[in-house]
Amino acid sequence: MTDYNFAYLDEATKRMLRRAILKAVAIPGYQVPFSSREMPMPYGWGTGGVQVTAACLVPEDTLKVIDQGADDTTNAVSIRNFFARVARVTTTEATAEASVIQTRHRIPERPLTDGQILVFQVPIPEPLRFLEPRETETRTMHALEDYGLMQVRLYEDIARHGEIARAYAYPVRVEGRYIMDPSPIPKFDNPKLDRSPALHLFGAGREGRIYALPPHTRVESLDFEDYPFTASKAAGQRCAICGAEDSYLDEVITDDAGGRMFVCSDTDYCATRVAAQAEDAA
Amino acid sequence: MYVAVKGGERAIENAHAWLDDARRGDRDVPDLGLAQIREQLALAVDRVMAEGSLHDPDLAALALKQARGDVIEAVFLIRAFRTTLPRFGASLPVDTSQMQILRRISATYKDAPGGQVLGPTFDYTHRLLDFDLAQAPDVPPAPEIKAEPADTPHILSHLGAEGLMQGEGPGGPEVPDLTRTPLEFPAERALRLQALARGDEGFLLSLAYSTQRGYGRNHAFVGELRIGHLRVSAHLPELGFEIEFAEILLTECESVNQFQGSKTEPAQFTRGYGLVFGQSERKAISMALVDRALRARELGEDMDGAPAQDEEFVLSHCDNIQSSGFLEHIKLPHYVDFQAELELIRKLRRDAAARQAAE
Amino acid sequence: MTPLLKVEGLGKFYGRHLGCADISFTLWPGEVMGIVGESGSGKSTLLNCLAGHMPPDTGRVMFDTRDQGLRDTLEMSEPERRWLARTDWAFVHQNPRDGLRMNVSAGGNVGDRLMAVGARHYGDIRRQASDWLGRVEIDAGRIDERPRAFSGGMQQRLQIARNLVTGPRLVFMDEPTGGLDVSVQARLLDLLRGLVRHFGLSAVIVTHDLAVVRLLADRLMVMKDGHVVEEGLTDQVLDDPQDAYTQLLVSSVLQV
Repeated sequence: MTDYNFAYLDEATKRMLRRAILKAVAIPGYQVPFSSREMPMPYGWGTGGVQVTAACLVPEDTLKVIDQGADDTTNAVSIRNFFARVARVTTTEATAEASVIQTRHRIPERPLTDGQILVFQVPIPEPLRFLEPRETETRTMHALEDYGLMQVRLYEDIARHGEIARAYAYPVRVEGRYIMDPSPIPKFDNPKLDRSPALHLFGAGREGRIYALPPHTRVESLDFEDYPFTASKAAGQRCAICGAEDSYLDEVITDDAGGRMFVCSDTDYCATRVAAQAEDAA
Repeated sequence: MYVAVKGGERAIENAHAWLDDARRGDRDVPDLGLAQIREQLALAVDRVMAEGSLHDPDLAALALKQARGDVIEAVFLIRAFRTTLPRFGASLPVDTSQMQILRRISATYKDAPGGQVLGPTFDYTHRLLDFDLAQAPDVPPAPEIKAEPADTPHILSHLGAEGLMQGEGPGGPEVPDLTRTPLEFPAERALRLQALARGDEGFLLSLAYSTQRGYGRNHAFVGELRIGHLRVSAHLPELGFEIEFAEILLTECESVNQFQGSKTEPAQFTRGYGLVFGQSERKAISMALVDRALRARELGEDMDGAPAQDEEFVLSHCDNIQSSGFLEHIKLPHYVDFQAELELIRKLRRDAAARQAAE
Repeated sequence: MTPLLKVEGLGKFYGRHLGCADISFTLWPGEVMGIVGESGSGKSTLLNCLAGHMPPDTGRVMFDTRDQGLRDTLEMSEPERRWLARTDWAFVHQNPRDGLRMNVSAGGNVGDRLMAVGARHYGDIRRQASDWLGRVEIDAGRIDERPRAFSGGMQQRLQIARNLVTGPRLVFMDEPTGGLDVSVQARLLDLLRGLVRHFGLSAVIVTHDLAVVRLLADRLMVMKDGHVVEEGLTDQVLDDPQDAYTQLLVSSVLQV
């Protein structure tokens, strides 16, 4: 495929994206508008993440793509193949080997390190969107740090359910300033964002927004002093394949009699543990 | 022991092979040529060009073939291609009064310089299935007369000369480009028109219809609808003169709407404007009505929450590539989010049951 | 003593039509100013200009800020004005729907302003909300209900609680008893009088109802066609009106 530029986008577009990324890094948690391009995959399928990844990639990079924590889900495969074709970069499934990881809905279990870039696909970048549908209003609310309404919603959750009833896309406050949507990751993953040594970039293609968490940024999940945030997951379960108790688990229905099992959602984490156990046994 | 589902890669390859096979269909039926699509499904080609915002009938025909006739999918193919093209510059504004007319009608004047031309229209056909068409009949050419070369000035310009039609004022020095700069609100009219020109025909039709039914009503007449060919030229600084580089088919609609006047302006007519690639008058009329509805704030009209008057609502939702992509993304795996919801629901139910037991 | 609010030469036009003009007055801490007039007299325009909901065309609105003393609120930046609006100021709308979040519980409505200024302890917020519901005579058991389920009088009392919970130094009220039944009005007035006395509230109250100002206001301004035609101590103005229009206004009420 020689008719397209390295990593698909033309250099002028990449320059525009990099400017937006730099601005986003300079103002952690602030949503930078950018002129999103039509990509050869549909809006809502990771076009924001793909554009950010395309702007970051250099030929020496090693790319990993996951969806739901897994390397082999169909959309992850599709995006990885896309970059293998248009950028000819090395791809990997190993978190430790990747220099750029594009993800949808998960953060890898293995802690990220200095120099790694994690690119999130974001459907709705605006954490206030479900409280206020108008962009003109929500931008003003961010500008004025007018976040009372968000806290009111959390109050309402506790009043009604006895706890904050948010399981994913749990809002965070970045460096004590902007409220940010961490994308639809389970809240189990939220603590991984706090002071991570890796660079986290968020791309929302349809909505034309890029935002970022530079390395070592303070990220707090919103809560109340007497109802502190907890990073929950399936209670009292362990992975049926590798036995992990500390990873986020997917539930799998095994028969039609209510049988179910739990397995790691992060396939690389699970496979690495299984391999290590096999080695120990040998 | 359970093994996590593998083979996404092969599944995708096989699905694509099946798609190619299904697209071709029964091999005993001749393969569809692009020229056939371009010539005989011309209005579908026009719609793909308009919403794909790329004027190239051959590419649009290819996209329609590749998309198996799914127009939005074809628009998507064109958009994804268009986005990779370098942008050299902007053409000079086209002067639609210079159009070589195929069709030109007015609902406001019975006759005007240049006359009314019905052109190749479905209007006044009886919508009876023509079973002869199934037999590939010979179609005799339509009768022709030699047209007198005549100017066809815009009908609304006559109102303008009388001072009864609000002028539009000069445009900005730079043409805004929706595809190169992020959309921000409030958006100027040029940008709104750009978004509407590539907006989904069905969405704009429904919005325009809603204004007629009272949601942001501003009674509209079709002042003029014209379809025809126009030459497009550009000024090349390197050459120091203009060159013509294309001839394109356009549909233009100017609506005439009432305006009660304001503190500073006397009562006069105002204009809604629609301009679309190809022959697409439903879209052009819809666009004109929606354009006029979106001017409510500027004209100080009542804003009663009608969707068609709401710039943010219209511009954020008129693009069918954005909307269909996001709509269809909910069929992608959401195991993780769903699992999180599942756990939350179970926990809330456990807690509620425990509270009930305690009471 | 520094005045709490000092208004100088305030004017507002709607195109060529006059909203209000040449309005100047001073409000001292602990004082309640009533503004009366018939509809179209400019009193609501004035209130909205004072409270920063609408920019006036002329004049100054000086407020005694906590850290910098008297400042023209019209010169403030938008963030400063909004901060003022949710801390030191409060605004009670005639229609409680304009001042409440209708899809948020009563407790959430009262807690809103607390959270907007940084309260992050659920238990404390709830205790204060519950306390304030009691003060405005709403059963604390209804703390998790939405205002939709409340009567008009209860909604208005909830709006008052929501506004007063952060201890504002200046309260603007726009026809606080308008749109309520007479018996409900009486109960609300009684409640307001109690709150004004108890907290020593400073307030600007706009109303067409002379009974409201008789009970609540220390001083009175009478407006007609956008201008103040008479002002003075409430009893003085109502018992011995000097201006012909005020005389008409007072006598028309007495006839009712």
